[in-house]
Amino acid sequence: MSGNFSTPPTLVVVQLTGGNDALNTIVPYGEGLYYDMRRTVRIAQEDVLPIDDHFGFHPSMRAIKPFWDAGNMAIIAGVGYPNPNYSHFRSMDIWYTCEPDKIATDGWLGKTVHEIDPRAENVLTAVNFGRGLPRALSLAGVPVASVAQLDTYGLLTSLSSVPRRQSALEVFSCLYDDGWNDQGHPTEAPDTARPGDEVLRYMGQTGLDAQKGADILRTALGKYQSTVQYPNSSLAQSLKGIAQVKLADLGTRVFYTSLFGFDTHATQLPTHAKLWQEVSEGVAAFFDDLRAHDKADDVMMLIWSEFGRRVKDNGAGTDHGAGSIAFILGDHVKGGMYGEYPSLKPTDLTLGNLKYSVDFRSMYATVLDQWMHIESEPIVNGSFEEFAIV
Amino acid sequence: MVVAVRPPEARQLKGVELMAHLYRRAGFGATRDQLEAALARGYEVTVDELLHPELAPPLEEDLIYRYWPDMKESRQIDPAQSLWVYRMINTQRPLEEKMALFWHHLFATGFAKLNHAKVMTNQVAMLRRFGLGNFRTLLVEISRDPAMIFWLDNHTNTKRVHNENYGRELLELFSIGIGNYTEDDVKNCARAFTGWTLKPTIPAAQPYGRFDWEFEFRPDLHDYGEKMFLGERGRFDGTDIIDIIVRQPSTAQFLAMRLYKYFVSDTPDQSAIDQLANVGAESDYDIRSMLRWLFLSDEFQSEKAYYAKVKSPAEHVVGIMRLVEDFTFPKHGIRDIALECRYMGQDLMNPPSVEGWHVGKEWIDTGILVERINFAAAQVGDVGKPGVQKIVSRLRGMGELTPEQLVDACADLLGPLQLGDMTRAALVDFASKDGNLALTPGDRAAEERVGAMLSMIVATREFQLV
Repeated sequence: MSGNFSTPPTLVVVQLTGGNDALNTIVPYGEGLYYDMRRTVRIAQEDVLPIDDHFGFHPSMRAIKPFWDAGNMAIIAGVGYPNPNYSHFRSMDIWYTCEPDKIATDGWLGKTVHEIDPRAENVLTAVNFGRGLPRALSLAGVPVASVAQLDTYGLLTSLSSVPRRQSALEVFSCLYDDGWNDQGHPTEAPDTARPGDEVLRYMGQTGLDAQKGADILRTALGKYQSTVQYPNSSLAQSLKGIAQVKLADLGTRVFYTSLFGFDTHATQLPTHAKLWQEVSEGVAAFFDDLRAHDKADDVMMLIWSEFGRRVKDNGAGTDHGAGSIAFILGDHVKGGMYGEYPSLKPTDLTLGNLKYSVDFRSMYATVLDQWMHIESEPIVNGSFEEFAIV
Repeated sequence: MVVAVRPPEARQLKGVELMAHLYRRAGFGATRDQLEAALARGYEVTVDELLHPELAPPLEEDLIYRYWPDMKESRQIDPAQSLWVYRMINTQRPLEEKMALFWHHLFATGFAKLNHAKVMTNQVAMLRRFGLGNFRTLLVEISRDPAMIFWLDNHTNTKRVHNENYGRELLELFSIGIGNYTEDDVKNCARAFTGWTLKPTIPAAQPYGRFDWEFEFRPDLHDYGEKMFLGERGRFDGTDIIDIIVRQPSTAQFLAMRLYKYFVSDTPDQSAIDQLANVGAESDYDIRSMLRWLFLSDEFQSEKAYYAKVKSPAEHVVGIMRLVEDFTFPKHGIRDIALECRYMGQDLMNPPSVEGWHVGKEWIDTGILVERINFAAAQVGDVGKPGVQKIVSRLRGMGELTPEQLVDACADLLGPLQLGDMTRAALVDFASKDGNLALTPGDRAAEERVGAMLSMIVATREFQLV
């Protein structure tokens, strides 16, 4: 159902950095080959949270399983692209830019934001919770706020004395005056044109936008009231920040955050378990919070990772592989398993890795066309078969 | 009567303005102490010193690796970046280091594809070694560089199956440029570089970590056939191609343009480019000679070049660290400093593509500006830092300061920085809230006021320029 919403649809993207082990996330516990290949790094049948008599969730996903039970979780298995790349950075970039064969710099979400807000009228159309800007959101001319922590976000945060910081922020907008007053006349008489002048003017606008964004974001905390308790983990706190901004109705349409640590070459069992507990509890708290405010209706979440991992374990962990698993969650999601869970038969593997069955661009296209109501082809660089997920 | 009116000539910089400008462009900036010492020596003497880094001591590498063994191996990109940022902060050979950065911008090679940080460190070391020498030699070195070979797929370029990636970019991006060669030239250039490959690489098996990649010429993979290239015919190999490239006038123009844009201004003056190209051609492409001409030219010393460019993140971060005189010795936290460059949009040794980073105003967007401002303000606002204490001392020596005097003195010591009227007025406004400033020794609150003013100044848009 791609219905009409009273508020425009929002997308929350959660990146699992490092290459999440798909086989231990949605475990094919009914498949003998799984136990043959995974001698050590395996989830026992009795530990799995069953979906049916063949597949089940990793036991740490207890908090997120209710989404599946309620029919609000789409599991997309075997996600990838032709000629899988096993380098974190290269594979990430491929997922970010939808260009598996060449190096590109424009991110799919950057292009999405540009479609939503072509004149960048709302500097908070996209907000990233994390430092630096993932290339997924990168596009020249598209402003994105990168927030490490909402309560400390802002300009000149190092000025510790509160009155001094207040005074500094008042003065800041004069430092970045863009040179034009309300009547459209220049406030400063232009000198003999210096090469730096045009850049100064551009920076003026950028500075004012940054301050505007920071000011507006600051109001989000003030407006926030909730009884939902978020766990203390970094992902949960980032998701809390996202909830706070979402609930403040600032017009943000794309949220992004990531959790690092999925590159489990060693000590996978305890590490992977802890990570999925963090993800599950964080995501559960996030949706609880939105639902408590009756604002979950227009939110869809995409959870993805840049590749899966090797079918055979290495005794303590797993090495880079292909065939990732992705999740799409939300009240308007038609729950179910999509895509074909890759075969574990040795003859079906490539270099010991799962073969992909769903191109990640199909997933993006589905989310863009059916949820965001944005034409996907120019963004994902092609036409891809979609799912009826919404 | 007709009166001919000539537009006012741009004035020539002098004194501390000129010296600071030189150090910012030819290096990563200098403290007021360093500038005064340089002024005593004189501009031309300083230029020559910068051009001869071999006269200054190199960094003590064994000291660095004793504290940070991970940097010696550079298994990941973070220690490699931290090492380079530490070097930039501490080098007594600033131009040598600036040239490594300049060439890295040009021969943009990215860790993301290589997945091997040590070979990037090795490439930067090569750029450092050859960066002020002969351009022809540098082109040969970069063609043999293992990181570059892998980056542009030349290890798959064989006589049986050509790969034109390196051959094309060598012409398009690294020398003569589009419009000065044909597709046949690309094809034959690629043929000439067949067999320029890597020794079989040792897999990255733990616990041995990464082994450096090494160049190898494989005669069995090389196409010895006759080639036509830029109008010349012969059984060319890569070195011959480079010889032909440097004979082209377009190479001189290309090199002059790149150097001019990087060191002088983004809006080059064609006659200056022509003159610089001439210097290049006549000196047999000696980079040192070209830079000497450049730094001594009227254009470089003109007000039009002054603060005419946007600082790259590396220049911003390293400049601030050199100013506050922190990390002059290995200690915890260097990685956070190096990561700042990444957060500001310049992931060292990992440019987004072979075209390198987009410079100028494209260095700035809302998120990046917040990062730049907050980083710089936090550093200079920390009055405990040695460099900031030195600024405080100088201010103390001036007696009681009015708000205007405080603003002007701080802007002077942070640059000297050119502030627009509105900027200056806003800063004076900020300072006026606390009245006059008397820096009696031990008065921490007074020192904090200086820290706050420095924070405000590095937050200005004028400070984003170089």
